[in-house]
Amino acid sequence: MLTLVFSLLAALVLVSAFWVVTLRNLFRAALSLGLALLGVAGLFILLEAEFLAFVQILIYVGAILTLLVFAIMLTANLRTSPASPASRQSAPAAAGALALFGLLVSATHALRWPQPAAVEPIALATLGQQLVTTFVLPFEVISLVFVAAMVGAIAIAAIPKRG
Amino acid sequence: MPLHPVLWLSHALFCLGVYGILTRRHAIGMLLAIELILNAAALNFVLFARAFGQVGGQVFALFIVALAACEAVVGLAIIISLARTAKTVFADYADSLKG
Repeated sequence: MLTLVFSLLAALVLVSAFWVVTLRNLFRAALSLGLALLGVAGLFILLEAEFLAFVQILIYVGAILTLLVFAIMLTANLRTSPASPASRQSAPAAAGALALFGLLVSATHALRWPQPAAVEPIALATLGQQLVTTFVLPFEVISLVFVAAMVGAIAIAAIPKRG
Repeated sequence: MPLHPVLWLSHALFCLGVYGILTRRHAIGMLLAIELILNAAALNFVLFARAFGQVGGQVFALFIVALAACEAVVGLAIIISLARTAKTVFADYADSLKG
């Protein structure tokens, strides 16, 4: 049963990720990115990380994807730019990506997993406690990075005042 | 629940993202491919957190989501600023710093 659900989710993720990188229409590519992210959220639930699945749906699908679609629509009517350039050599890129895939699979195929029954799934309470005790320094650094990114984005995108 | 196919799936996601970065000319299309790569990394972190019972994997998957948000915000600000000043969204035509 779990294997069947995993196969369906994996097929969904792979097909929609393929659409993300191949569709000519960027708006449709962004929508299929949403589909791929939902599939990954389903995989998180299968891996018993429910909180991360909801974070993924809320932040990725809810916020980041909305932002991307917004930017695609803002820049869609740039008629002053030259015509869309011819697509790059996709055959060498595909060969390189396939070679990278083979390299990664050969690097990890000998991996030994611990017995799955011996490992307890991580409780949400543990995650919350660790986040504010062991991992409090990375947590604060991420907050600082976040504030800097927001201020920087406003500074970059704001229309400069004349004079 | 077999764990090894999840690893292959994250490899495939990563390689699709690399292919997207290599072939896309539209700057926002490149950002979409980067999101795929970040998600492959997060999937790996969650998988190893589950397999080895380490909470750190989930914590860093959370950090990846936060960093992806930062990356998307700054990247889109740069692209909108580029569209305003250089009147293009194609990475190839943004060459005014080229010597």
